[in-house]
Amino acid sequence: MEKKEINVSGLVFEYPGDEEGAPGYLVLKGLDMTIPAGQFVAVLGHNGSGKSTLAKHFNAILTPTGGDVIVCGINTKDEDRLFDIRQQVGMVFQNPDNQIVATIVEEDVAFALENLGVPPAEIRKRVDDALKEVDMYEYREHAPHQLSGGQKQRVAIAGILAMRPDFIVLDEPTAMLDPKGRSEVIRTIKELNKNFHTTVVLITHYMEEAVQADRVVVVDNGKILRDGTPKEVFSEVELLKSVGLDVPQVTELVYELRQEGIDLPQDILTEDECYEALKKLLA
Amino acid sequence: MLKDITIGQYFPGHSPVHRMDPRMKLLLTIFYIVILFCVSNPFGFIPAVLFLAGCYMVSQIPIKMIAKSIKPILPIIIFTGILNLFFIEGESVLVQLGPIHISWQGIYTSVKMALRLVLLIAGTSLMTYTTSPIALTDAIEQLLSPLKVVHFPAHELAMMMSIALRFIPTLVEETDKIMSAQKARGADMDSGGLIQRAKALIPIMIPLFISAFRRAEELALAMECRCYHGGEGRTRMKQLKYSHLDFVALGVTTVLLVIIIILNIIPMPFLNWLL
Repeated sequence: MEKKEINVSGLVFEYPGDEEGAPGYLVLKGLDMTIPAGQFVAVLGHNGSGKSTLAKHFNAILTPTGGDVIVCGINTKDEDRLFDIRQQVGMVFQNPDNQIVATIVEEDVAFALENLGVPPAEIRKRVDDALKEVDMYEYREHAPHQLSGGQKQRVAIAGILAMRPDFIVLDEPTAMLDPKGRSEVIRTIKELNKNFHTTVVLITHYMEEAVQADRVVVVDNGKILRDGTPKEVFSEVELLKSVGLDVPQVTELVYELRQEGIDLPQDILTEDECYEALKKLLA
Repeated sequence: MLKDITIGQYFPGHSPVHRMDPRMKLLLTIFYIVILFCVSNPFGFIPAVLFLAGCYMVSQIPIKMIAKSIKPILPIIIFTGILNLFFIEGESVLVQLGPIHISWQGIYTSVKMALRLVLLIAGTSLMTYTTSPIALTDAIEQLLSPLKVVHFPAHELAMMMSIALRFIPTLVEETDKIMSAQKARGADMDSGGLIQRAKALIPIMIPLFISAFRRAEELALAMECRCYHGGEGRTRMKQLKYSHLDFVALGVTTVLLVIIIILNIIPMPFLNWLL
């Protein structure tokens, strides 16, 4: 068995031009990264930075124009093993409404397994497990339109979990949700990573979500700008601002205070840390 | 408010009729329609009516629902009734007014036709009252699957139906939103003549279509991500299974057919003047 990791090397992707000779559009300009199993990675970038395009390479929806993406030893260009890759790398999209296929929650969660030809008894078991993992088991007989946005997105996640993938790629899963739904989904994602050791790749532009990851990758203009722990990445406030990204509110506050000459550590990320640091300072 | 619409006319429940296999319900409904057209003498309607009344009782669907389902086709029933009443040639004429004449035969035929239509609608409604749209879709897929041999797209058809059902509430909600948005921009949808009202729908239809296409594209992508590749090699979580209930229902319906055939065969000379 190959090592469980996603390996991106020299990834170049260009949307092809049309037949009338309009030029193609170069989105990804040479990316290298490795995502090992078990990690919680946040990919940050402003609109048009190529972060969603990158995400679509992880499960072979798009294949590279140049370079390679290797998922657990399988090159995504290998069309014969497309379903193996998609089973390994599940993908959740922004709009929960547009990814739920069936009219009943449990039927939807079963959809991927039905496609893969899993025997019915096994489907039943995996569907129940997946629904319990996202804490939606009691809603299994509801119609999707009776659920809130956060609940729908959790159903979509369960639909992917039922495949038992090693990797879950979430492309801005909270962008269309209200604050309550957003925190539900993020909590679910974190639990998956922690309790079930599912590798999570979270594409987002919410800094507060990125802070909770093990690793933050900043994509700008089709290239990787920074790749490190949240503390490392968010301490470079000027750099992030120069590429049109915000930093978490707490970091921003600490940054401003430091500019004023107040002695605070720059790597503060959470409200609690900030509270403690300020308390120490004021004591 | 628009969000609460029910799709189809399904009444959730746990009666034996609800629990029957949807395939059997579909087949028996067709069977019952055929039986209705076999009835050829007035006594034949008695078991047909009793059978249906029994079915409604077992399914615990209120009888007043029959009235509700018949309402839309009431004009057709009345129209055919009147036509038959006046234009059926018969020997035992009751009233004669120029070309119009009412005979016993005419009365009999119009009552027969009306009764047949009512039973037809009530019978098919019972199926839709007791079967959820999704179960019905499954049943259609399963029943049509033998036709796959001649390349009939049974799975694709069922998939289309279920996606359509899935997206009705979503699109209804969206329509609601677009209407509010256009009203907020000063669109007037409630006044003017027919043509003006139709024109007022354009600013609603266009955004709705665009968003539906966008949704379709995203849905296709999400389905691909979940390894969808058509009906081949697909399994189902919920397998449809015939139970003893289904065979009991089949038996009862067959008995009904036998009774009606017997009633058709028995010579009834005392009815000759009517037929």
